[in-house]
Amino acid sequence: MANDENVLIDNVTRGEYKYGFYTDIEMDTAPVGLSEDTIRFISAKKSEPQWLLDFRLKAYQHWLTLEEPDWAHLHHPPIKYQEIIYFAAPKKKELASLDEVDPDLLETFNKLGISLEEQKRLSGVAVDAVIDSVSVKTTFTKTLQKHGIIFSSFSEAVQNHPDLIKKYMASVVPYTDNYFAALNSAVFSDGSFCYIPKGVRCPVELSTYFRINAANTGQFERTLIVADEGSYVSYLEGCTAPMRDENQLHAAIVEIIALKDAEVKYSTVQNWYPGNSEGKGGVYNFVTKRGMCRGANSKISWTQVETGSAITWKYPSCILMGDNSVGEFYSVAVTNNYQQADTGSKMIHLGKNTKSTIISKGISAGHSNNSYRGLVRMSRRAENSRNFSQCDSLLLGDKCGAHTYPYIHNENKSSIIEHEATTSKISEDQLFYCLQRGISEENAIGLIVNGYAKEVLKKLPMEFAVEAQKLLTISLEGSVG
Amino acid sequence: MLSIKNLHVSIEGKEIIKGLNLEVHPGEVHAIMGPNGTGKSTLAAVIAGREGIYEVTEGEIFYKGKDISEMAIEDRAREGIFLGFQYPVEIPGVSITNFMRTAINEIRQYKGLEQISAANFLKDMEEAKKLVGIQSKLTNRSVNEGFSGGEKKKNEIFQMAMLKPDLAILDETDSGLDIDALKVVANGVNALKTDQNATIVITHYQRLLDYIIPDFVHVLYNGRIVKSGGKELALELESKGYDWLKAEA
Repeated sequence: MANDENVLIDNVTRGEYKYGFYTDIEMDTAPVGLSEDTIRFISAKKSEPQWLLDFRLKAYQHWLTLEEPDWAHLHHPPIKYQEIIYFAAPKKKELASLDEVDPDLLETFNKLGISLEEQKRLSGVAVDAVIDSVSVKTTFTKTLQKHGIIFSSFSEAVQNHPDLIKKYMASVVPYTDNYFAALNSAVFSDGSFCYIPKGVRCPVELSTYFRINAANTGQFERTLIVADEGSYVSYLEGCTAPMRDENQLHAAIVEIIALKDAEVKYSTVQNWYPGNSEGKGGVYNFVTKRGMCRGANSKISWTQVETGSAITWKYPSCILMGDNSVGEFYSVAVTNNYQQADTGSKMIHLGKNTKSTIISKGISAGHSNNSYRGLVRMSRRAENSRNFSQCDSLLLGDKCGAHTYPYIHNENKSSIIEHEATTSKISEDQLFYCLQRGISEENAIGLIVNGYAKEVLKKLPMEFAVEAQKLLTISLEGSVG
Repeated sequence: MLSIKNLHVSIEGKEIIKGLNLEVHPGEVHAIMGPNGTGKSTLAAVIAGREGIYEVTEGEIFYKGKDISEMAIEDRAREGIFLGFQYPVEIPGVSITNFMRTAINEIRQYKGLEQISAANFLKDMEEAKKLVGIQSKLTNRSVNEGFSGGEKKKNEIFQMAMLKPDLAILDETDSGLDIDALKVVANGVNALKTDQNATIVITHYQRLLDYIIPDFVHVLYNGRIVKSGGKELALELESKGYDWLKAEA
């Protein structure tokens, strides 16, 4: 790990958002705005069965009755839902090999340093790459097929495995759950589906790279992961977005189902465009992520490193239904300049002897606001359950804010909830100590911040940890002094 | 090496150093002694370039013939000024190994050198560890986190051995050390001494000077050096205390 920390320091580059470029690929787009017609257009484009169209329409009708939530510690101009394009897809699809992939698209991946070929050849990671809503290429399918693992775009899964989709979709996040979940359920464009059969340990890390690409295109991804009894999977989600002036709305849903004795590890590095140093532009990220430990002894673990987006509204949660099930949430959230993050987790203990851990590390710099919001609930049935929460905030400078909103409901006497919270600053003494050893201020902050976040970073798979460390340093450049 | 002329330093408007002069040449060991609150640590911090509460109101500091008043802290360090801290700060989650490699590579980059190879770095680490008698696993721990007083001070000398400074300023390195740790620290400092580098030892007690033999001893009192002499001056201070110097100040 020490070695990688160093690689990170070496690789730090200065300047504007590194991944701000734009790929010109021919689009097949829906008309601007949201209506039943838009939804029918999306559904028809994807040749969806009637039941799915009905689901979308019901969600849309429900969404119309809702109002945008305003309880989060976030401020933004009203989102103009009628000015968003709800569907855009690259025209070419169904490719047999990488040679058939649009060269512009490959170039995009190359710029991001995640070329499919590289991924395929070097890291043994199967990549389901999503550019503007439609999965272009799925690799490693054959290896996965051998184990009976299904890993495909959501649309393909609707065609090929309608029974599984029908059974599990919206079983953890119903369309009635919240405003953005209802919106997503109505207009979701694509996403990923993953099914690990009974007793199978997925031999590779499953990885999806999301990318927002076209102007004014909302991104409404939908991810569904089902881990059948006794199975295991580690799933990686990483994001970059090109620079853009208008705010981009992103409202994804991720659902995880872990059956008896199954384990799912879900890791995210989120690096969407945060807006420029004056707070202009940037992605609005309103995501509903939830896992259900449905069977006994199951486990779901969320690890996230959030450095991007102008606004982050995100609470990866676990419903611990099965007895002895385990939920974990490890988070590093960085906000700089005018970024705002309201993020945390919910741990709902329903089964006996269930355990949950929340480790949240917030880092605020510039004029940003960083809030932790978490709920821990022990139901009456959840005897002998435990939660441990630790929420730390690190402040850089004196114009940023850190807030902690822990909510606790304990309905039985045998369960224990522990909560610890700290707020600290990078001290002048620490900086002076580093500088006196010849370390520059940027690197000193990088070192101190990565040290502070280490407890979370070490939970990430290796290749992700390196990327995450780099991001932490890059996203805090110029934040002190 | 170091030439300080008529230095005046204030902290929050209060003058702490009031016209200090000091000349240090390569190969020399200087001891600066004096009672608490006379400006010893302030002097060390100002040579290292610390700002914030410290304000240099008058005077000059020349290092290797250059006026370093405007030089940044990290550049002074890269030019070979090392400060051994009286209270080394904790940096949680950052291993000593990583900390040192970052420092060494930044200094090398400043000097236009390539990054240090892993093999050479490890070799240097082993030598430096042996020199100050610190256990191998200590360098895997976070910088100063949970260290005993003795471990913190040994870690300072370990870093000095790794960075091989031209001018080392050791601020109360002896405070909080038992006699065995004191010997280890002193032996380390002595072993690192060459005729090319210089050391300034800041201390309250004469005890450290039994092990690090100074060429010059200066008494800092009320913001000025009120008396300078050879190593025998330290012994005189030990037996007579500081009071007899008040008249001279």
